[in-house]
Amino acid sequence: MKSSRILPAYVGIYIVFLYLPVALIPLFSFNDAIQAAFPLKGVTLSWYRTLLETPAIGQALINSLIIATAAAAISTLCATTISYLDVFPRPVLSRLVSGLARMPILIPGVIVGIALLILVNLAGLGPSRPAIVMGHVLVCLPAAVTVIRARFVAIPQSLAEAASDLGASDWTVFRRAILPLAGSAIASAFTLAFLTSFDEFIVAYFLSGTEPTLPLYIWSQLRFPKSLPVVMALGTLILLASVILATLAEVLRRRSRI
Amino acid sequence: MRPRHALTNGTGFRATMSLPGVLVTFGLVLFAMVLVVALAFRINDGAFLKGPMSLANFITILTDSLYARVMLRSLWISGLVTLATVATAYPVAWYLAFHAGKRRGLILFLVTLPFWTSYLLRVFAWKVVLAYNGVLNSAMVSLGIWDQPSTAFLNNPTAVIITLAHAYAPFAILPIFVALQTIPRSLIEASSDLGASRTQVFARIILPLSMPGVLGGALVVFVPTIGDYVTPAMLGGPSSTMIGNLIQAQFGKANDWPFGAALAVATMLVILIAVILLRQADRRWGSRV
Repeated sequence: MKSSRILPAYVGIYIVFLYLPVALIPLFSFNDAIQAAFPLKGVTLSWYRTLLETPAIGQALINSLIIATAAAAISTLCATTISYLDVFPRPVLSRLVSGLARMPILIPGVIVGIALLILVNLAGLGPSRPAIVMGHVLVCLPAAVTVIRARFVAIPQSLAEAASDLGASDWTVFRRAILPLAGSAIASAFTLAFLTSFDEFIVAYFLSGTEPTLPLYIWSQLRFPKSLPVVMALGTLILLASVILATLAEVLRRRSRI
Repeated sequence: MRPRHALTNGTGFRATMSLPGVLVTFGLVLFAMVLVVALAFRINDGAFLKGPMSLANFITILTDSLYARVMLRSLWISGLVTLATVATAYPVAWYLAFHAGKRRGLILFLVTLPFWTSYLLRVFAWKVVLAYNGVLNSAMVSLGIWDQPSTAFLNNPTAVIITLAHAYAPFAILPIFVALQTIPRSLIEASSDLGASRTQVFARIILPLSMPGVLGGALVVFVPTIGDYVTPAMLGGPSSTMIGNLIQAQFGKANDWPFGAALAVATMLVILIAVILLRQADRRWGSRV
């Protein structure tokens, strides 16, 4: 098939269009005006200064980091064990669990949020940080299982069988033969889960108690036109962190293919 | 089995390894969904899950035309968004599968990167673009193209559709790309050797074989958009309230959790029907080798 010039041009325009609206956030975060409008008024760092001087943002950041770390750790642990049992011994229950773990991708975020809200109320826990962690584990699990499972599938079964024939216990096979081969994929899944939780809004919206996460803080500020420039400065830093972490996850994932 | 090995071998090992997954899938995913269904059959009498069952919520949903109207609007909006995303993603996936060469890795990374950035910020960016004193209006006025800013861009379903289609644009690329990539090149060569035109090769070979990817991509866009809350709340105005906003309201201002749960069950049923229809479509048109 001959490549025409129209197709590459289309792909180029597509990518530009993909990034254009988001690129406005960093642009206006340096603009010396409250209103995000053209013409640009001049360069300023004052929105970033306000950002650093707002204690509520620091508190929200700490909350987000705690929640994202816990949610990523739990969902990576679950995804690793679920994928291992699904790929290597393959009992029926493990395949069912693996399917269920990937199901939340078919549930809209609002419904995941209210389902967990009902659950934590029944459990007497109520909206709180642990409640958000639970919700985020569900949101992060499908991607984590998909990434780790794909890596396990690529490892030859004969490796596990050989280790087992040479007298390794099931635990040793898992820990010494398979786990080291999947290290990069597991690290990649952790990074992506961390990112997902860190950026997640709607589930946290239902499950937060008195301590907002960063996306919840942003949502609460969107009503006030005066705080929009600070939101843009904050958004710029969040986007920057997301791009760095997503790149890291991609590098890890590519390394795991070798 | 000796007790020393209880946790390192055989059933003991499997039980330990199963524990986290079983807890999360049965204890969280499944149990939470069962609770939603159970609460949907309750009424808002303050007794939460303890109390007599009732079909009252579902009767209201079926008889009050408001809910049918909002559900249809959600279906219509997410249907259009799905169509737009899949149609714009297909050529990109095509380029990636057949022409990208060395640039494939980079382009794949560039189109999936927005997936990992904050959805809230992507929607917010559109509000900045479309607002009355926003980017689009101010740019057009300062360039002298328009005399005055327009309010026409915000608070309508079109704003919601554009924003959602943009926010979910890259989601459909990956499944279509994977489907296109797995088509054996020999099939394409054989059909053109046998005299098929490029259009025929596309319509009779490539499109049917990439259908599982197209339908998979459609699903990952359709499910989150039909229940979306953020975009209609931020950009849609009252004329584009979607089912996700109604569900949220029941857990917020309206404070009728059982009714909110019933709306969630109705939404899941609509999604289930859509999944079944897509499966049928896949079986019918997505001929596999």
